[in-house]
Amino acid sequence: MNGPLLFLPLIPLLPFAGFLLNGLFGSRLPKPLVTLIALLAPLGSLAIVVHDAYLYWSGALAVPAIEHSAPAWISAGTLHIDFGFVFDQLSLTMLLIITGVGFLIHIYSVGYMAHEEGYWRYFAYLNLFLFFMTVLVLAGNALLMFVGWEGVGLASYLLIGFYFKRTSAADAGKKAFVVNRIGDFGFLIGIFLLLANFGTLSFSEIATKLAANPGWQGGVLTCIALCLLLGATGKSAQLPLYVWLPDAMEGPTPVSALIHAATMVTAGVYMIARNHALFDRSPLALTVIAIVGTATALLAATIALVQTDIKRVLAYSTVSQLGYMFLGCGVAAYSAAVFHLMTHAFFKALLFLAAGSVIHGLGGEQDLRKMGGLRKKMPITFWTMTAAVFAIAGFFPFAGFFSKDAILYAAFLQGTNGKIFWAVGVFTALLTSFYMFRLWYLAFLGKPRSPELHPHESPWSMLGPLVILAALSVGGGWIGIEKFGGFLSPAVGPMPTKGGSSSLELTLSIAAVALAIVGWLIAHLLYFAKPEKPAQLAASVSGPYKLLLNKYWVDELYGAVIVKPILAVSRFLLEWLVEFAILGGLAWLLAGLAMLSGAILQKWQSGNLRSYAAWLAAGAAALLLFALVPWTSVLANFGIHLNLVHFYGAGR
Amino acid sequence: MIPLSWYLLLSAALFALGIVGFLIRRNLITIFMSIELMLNGVNLSFVTFAHQWHLVKGQIFVFFVMVVAAAEAAVGLAIIISIFRARATLAVDRIDLMKL
Amino acid sequence: MHLILFIMFAGLCLAGALNLLLQKHPINSALSLVVVMTSLAVLYLLLGAEFLAAAQIIVYAGAIMVLFTFVIMLLNAGREERTRGSVSAVALGFPAVAAILAVIATVILKAQDLGSASLSDGITSTEELSRVLFHELLLPFEVTSVLILIAILGAVALARRGNGEEAGK
Repeated sequence: MNGPLLFLPLIPLLPFAGFLLNGLFGSRLPKPLVTLIALLAPLGSLAIVVHDAYLYWSGALAVPAIEHSAPAWISAGTLHIDFGFVFDQLSLTMLLIITGVGFLIHIYSVGYMAHEEGYWRYFAYLNLFLFFMTVLVLAGNALLMFVGWEGVGLASYLLIGFYFKRTSAADAGKKAFVVNRIGDFGFLIGIFLLLANFGTLSFSEIATKLAANPGWQGGVLTCIALCLLLGATGKSAQLPLYVWLPDAMEGPTPVSALIHAATMVTAGVYMIARNHALFDRSPLALTVIAIVGTATALLAATIALVQTDIKRVLAYSTVSQLGYMFLGCGVAAYSAAVFHLMTHAFFKALLFLAAGSVIHGLGGEQDLRKMGGLRKKMPITFWTMTAAVFAIAGFFPFAGFFSKDAILYAAFLQGTNGKIFWAVGVFTALLTSFYMFRLWYLAFLGKPRSPELHPHESPWSMLGPLVILAALSVGGGWIGIEKFGGFLSPAVGPMPTKGGSSSLELTLSIAAVALAIVGWLIAHLLYFAKPEKPAQLAASVSGPYKLLLNKYWVDELYGAVIVKPILAVSRFLLEWLVEFAILGGLAWLLAGLAMLSGAILQKWQSGNLRSYAAWLAAGAAALLLFALVPWTSVLANFGIHLNLVHFYGAGR
Repeated sequence: MIPLSWYLLLSAALFALGIVGFLIRRNLITIFMSIELMLNGVNLSFVTFAHQWHLVKGQIFVFFVMVVAAAEAAVGLAIIISIFRARATLAVDRIDLMKL
Repeated sequence: MHLILFIMFAGLCLAGALNLLLQKHPINSALSLVVVMTSLAVLYLLLGAEFLAAAQIIVYAGAIMVLFTFVIMLLNAGREERTRGSVSAVALGFPAVAAILAVIATVILKAQDLGSASLSDGITSTEELSRVLFHELLLPFEVTSVLILIAILGAVALARRGNGEEAGK
């Protein structure tokens, strides 16, 4: 590769080295050394990313920088897949988020996990996650991306089930893994279709081929796009595969912040943005993405309204916000989606970390109804949390305002469907504002509801990342979508602006902020001014309330419709067909065959010398007879012609 | 003047008698002698063919067979002596230790 | 003359072989085997193999058969005891001889271009034989000496009274 050195392979390899060191020797290393290794690895990656970013902004680098001379992975016939990395504006953005937020969360984890068993194991997994996540975003072809994709799934599984002694944690890990398999299945089919139709898996080559053939529309491209979308819904917890994410909150809170809020779950959005050339050719797939995103955003926001576990509220809000990103992708506003991805990474990581700080301060208590009045006891956590709540609710000038607004504006410009998407999105923004302020009021304001808890402020290793993320949540969006879109447009295409005007944009923004304020006011009324009101309200509309509290019974529905029949069929196949009929039957058959032949051959092995001699003589006689019979002529009578030399006549 | 096939037939007869002796006799030493008989039958056909093709090597083959037969007789008779010491019999039907 | 000699010694040979099979006592079988080998030596002479005729008498009839006789006397092996099936074995044995002979004879008689032998055919001299043996086949010849050495060692090891652990006493 020409130009300055980017050290791209080092970005994933440093965390991988950290994983190896901590994973192999962590149990025997002193704790400070484990911490040092675990922190140096992402710090090194972050330094390289910052170095590359500096090269980019100083103009010393021609992007996209694609590694052409990367070591080959698979070379079979015309198929050639290498370990090539691609460095462009999109992967740069992702890398900055992943390594930056990742490093902050590593620091936070040092404080949060300080007294946990398996400290080294936790950091080994976290480093492993960073390795796979960076591979995912750097990958220059779909297969290498798939490696990262599966790898982050693995790391996620390991970290959800980190407290593996708790059955619910182990089950949640399995659920995440199995649900993700469904999505991965779609992704894999999509990769095969790409290979079959394009003959290559390299993103740049696919984009080039698409650009060279403007006539390719719909058809098989829709098919590929929908398969990839299935993969994206699995990883990014969208309808119908979102069910694993709320359960994933069983993992340690920093993991929820890093993997299940800021980075891994956005992989689906990243993947769609990376393949935007493909999705652009399939209006149907784009519509499906927009519908999925909008529906998920609304559904998850409604569930979040009534959840009482602080982390579950945040989990459903993550699902909801991811829905916004999908909506952004669905209206071809990829830069807006990635913009929201970035601001969301800031404020959602902050929300989770602040929630973690609260849980840590309360000694593991997660129930919102037992909190309250924490503002005095945990001032820094309170103020950082406030910044995050305002950001996610979309208040000007917090980060969330700019990105969410950009998505909704882009949706509004998309014809009649877009207006519906916009309306649902704005309504969801109202709900978001409500449930976030509900959380805020319940946890931090009012009177302490559980006198037996003695909250204390968290150590500075946890508060430091909170403060940095709070600053980012406030100012992370000030760059504005115009500049950000302009920066990303070489990688993901320009923002759609047809039919738009700045006055329309302003009107929509004001409407969105106004609805957010309405949400805040309702929350204020219900949870601050009249704290007894929510219970009455829940009793008066008990039907819908129960529906929401039980998350629309989706888990139960999936359990009855999909899991149980599959389980029954699998059990039948495994226990009866495989275990009993095939394995058992085969074993008995083989054993019986061996015993039977043994019984027969035993008679033969008489131990009598003369019987052996007789058999020997009989064999020799048979050979001689065989030589005597003119086989070629005998066989010729049956129409078979052998090219054999009749050996006793061959000497002449 | 006699045709060489007569010699070959004689050799075949000796060989066949050797086989049958090997099979029907039960004394280990007699069985061993039947083997010698078979070897002699084969030797005769070697000499016959050496005469037929005027090749000295046929006779040399017989020479080597004799050498091997001598070695075999020495070792074989030593084995027979050890067997007799261990089992006090030369009847092959009683020597059936080959069966596990 | 050749014919008479052949019939005489071939008959002697076959009679000896048959006697070997029919005799009950091993020593009788051993003596009939000597008869077979001696008459074979004459047949070798008829075919012009003078060295082999001598070797047949010296090595086979002399050395090997003496060894057999020694062993028979040493072990004092008595008559073969009659066991069940031995009569049927004899009854089956001679048809078996006939069958094997028939099969081999068919092969032999099928061969058309076999020559004939007469007394005037000349004799392969020992000089001729040894020239081939010691020039072309020197290495195999020497290897046989190793074979015989090993056979001697093996025979001594096997036939030594007692087993290895008793040898030290």
